[in-house]
Amino acid sequence: MRVYFDNAATTAMDGRVVEAMIPFMKDHYGNPSSVHSHGREVRTAIERARKKVAELLNASPSEIFFTSGGTEADNTALVCGIETYGIQHAITSAIEHHAVLHTLEHCAQKGKVKLSLVKVNEKGDIDLDHLEELLRSNPNSMVSIMHANNEIGNINDLSAIGKLVKNYGGFFHSDTVQTMGHYEHDLKTLPVDSLVAGGHKFHGPKGSGFLYIRKDKKIHPFIYGGAQERNMRGGTENVIGIVGIAKALELAYEDMSGHRAHIENLKKHFIESLKQQIPEVSFNGRSAEMQHSLYTVLNVSLPYSEENSGMLLFNLDLNGISASGGSACSSGASVGSHVLRSLKADPQRESVRFSFSRFNTIEEVNYTVEKLKELYGVPA
Amino acid sequence: MQYPVYLDYNATTPCHPDVLEKMVPWFSQHFGNAASKNHPYGWIAEDAVEQAREQIAQLIGVKSKEVIFTSGATESINLAIQGIFNAYTNENQHFITCATEHKAVLDTFAYLESKGAEVTYLGVNSKGEIDLSELQACIQTNTKMIALMWANNETGIIHPIQKIAQIAAEKQIIFFTDAVQAVGKINLDIEGIHLLALSAHKFYGPKGVGALYIRHNHPLPKPAPLIWGGGHEKTFRSGTLNVPGIVGMGEAAAIRLQNMQIENRRLALLRDRLENRLLEINGTQLNGSKANRLTHVSNISFAGVEGEEFLRMLNKKIAVSSGSACTSISPKPSHVLAAMGIDSDLGRASVRFSLGLDTTEEKVDAAISHVKESLSVLRS
Repeated sequence: MRVYFDNAATTAMDGRVVEAMIPFMKDHYGNPSSVHSHGREVRTAIERARKKVAELLNASPSEIFFTSGGTEADNTALVCGIETYGIQHAITSAIEHHAVLHTLEHCAQKGKVKLSLVKVNEKGDIDLDHLEELLRSNPNSMVSIMHANNEIGNINDLSAIGKLVKNYGGFFHSDTVQTMGHYEHDLKTLPVDSLVAGGHKFHGPKGSGFLYIRKDKKIHPFIYGGAQERNMRGGTENVIGIVGIAKALELAYEDMSGHRAHIENLKKHFIESLKQQIPEVSFNGRSAEMQHSLYTVLNVSLPYSEENSGMLLFNLDLNGISASGGSACSSGASVGSHVLRSLKADPQRESVRFSFSRFNTIEEVNYTVEKLKELYGVPA
Repeated sequence: MQYPVYLDYNATTPCHPDVLEKMVPWFSQHFGNAASKNHPYGWIAEDAVEQAREQIAQLIGVKSKEVIFTSGATESINLAIQGIFNAYTNENQHFITCATEHKAVLDTFAYLESKGAEVTYLGVNSKGEIDLSELQACIQTNTKMIALMWANNETGIIHPIQKIAQIAAEKQIIFFTDAVQAVGKINLDIEGIHLLALSAHKFYGPKGVGALYIRHNHPLPKPAPLIWGGGHEKTFRSGTLNVPGIVGMGEAAAIRLQNMQIENRRLALLRDRLENRLLEINGTQLNGSKANRLTHVSNISFAGVEGEEFLRMLNKKIAVSSGSACTSISPKPSHVLAAMGIDSDLGRASVRFSLGLDTTEEKVDAAISHVKESLSVLRS
């Protein structure tokens, strides 16, 4: 059996998304900026995709900008938001994705902003009192807090954070890469100034993402050249990527509650089975609390064992199970997860992120629990 | 004959059928994140990316480790120009480019000017050629980069890249070239070039993927990253890799390496047939030098017609443009032709014909007769 439990890193594309994309590689290949019919038919497809995305998020099409992915979208909002508004101070947390953390650290290094990190406790909760304190002494800050953490799955209360930021005149950006396509976002009520998506996290294409920026915020481009994306993002549009991400989001919304129920069931069963069958198992962050974490992510902490120390992911792979220790972006680095380090996780224990999609099954969960029992010498 | 006849290959090209076929398995079957280090989904994706990198390196004649994947040439150009500007901090910086560059270069320099950089825009003669002694004369002690395109997208004019590279080398200045229209079309001698931008969709690969060649083994600075995050692409470019796009680009490069020479000879004959017949018509003129020029491009002005009306009529049966696709929405005459001293009315009534894989003699003849018909209607 081959089990793919690394869906927070990337997901398999839905066949219907691929189907929607193929015609734009074969027959409708024009450059959307060309005025002839080859170009115009492709332009129509892009604008239809934008309208679809906007409709699903309850936003206006003029607030949606297509990018090459979540990382570019995060960089655009943060770097250009800071520059356009002359923002002097930024606030984020130590457990953000590197697309946010490294970008803001770089801005700080270049002397563009002073960077403050809001306190996070050992469960991964943002200290909202500390956030307010930081905002009070630094009004008009750029605040970047993710909707849900990619490693431990903790979900933050964007409404509460957004209201706080608004009270102090800040710019609120949220990295929503892990919740887009899995949770509904109603941008008429959600108090964020910008948020992002990466298509490949919800069965859409890699190399395609989007940035939402609220109408009243106007920022300058990040990539210059050409009038594409209403002068906000130069470069010939990735037509198949744009068609694909819109289709993927549409499919995600079509049966979100069905997907959610299916995956939640897997996750609950996984948690229960591990608690019953693996002695001394625990869970990092709030990932075992169904109400407070992504239904797609479970970060498991396993006790020290000589056979598995530093080898658990390798051993899982030998048994056909694909999971990860943290973010794929840093999985090459030997430094380990910056998120778990911030949570002061016991380095003696082994942490594994299992992340699920609607394509996973209960058999795969049972198989994985069985293999973990074998690896930890638990009698059958 | 199927209308409209596509003669706008400089704007974009259709994906080669073999490219599409190579890409399909990477959407839903081998969908791993190339940065996932703990399981075969990631390893397989990473291998595919490295193979594509090798294919592209072979096409342009560089080492594969010097090729960085991006979302397209515009991003590559921004990374090269903004990246060098950011690599030198707190200095008065001077850059040299040319008035006939692509918007992606010109707009990026305009942004640098707004940040305090000094930019010299070289002029061109009526044939679209730069004057090398003028280039030499405007080099200053604080000149950080010479940015000149390999081949012009509107006229096909090829700059004397080797001589420019020599001048840059003598003065120890970074030489960046936008080679979007040259890669996969002509043999490239990259000696002395520090940075080179390319795009897949201009040589029968997919949109949304490009690359930047970053030469190693020289003492001048390398560009600072534009997009920050997980540290992909040796930290030059963060963001999950667009694996299917990259695989497609690699395959497209391999095909071009095989077919380029034969295809060029075929297209040269067809282009000359088209050009000679059109230049026989009264009140037409060729824009740009006939000598150093891409073999598949012809830019012709038609006197005595109003440009916009003419183009609209042409577009009923031929997909051509009056200049770059990226500026084709704008009613202004081409900045390239303006720099060559062509007056604005004639500039607006100029047409870029660019030929490619599916161009046949029959299609060329159909285009010729439609141009003649349109002219006789509009000139009567």
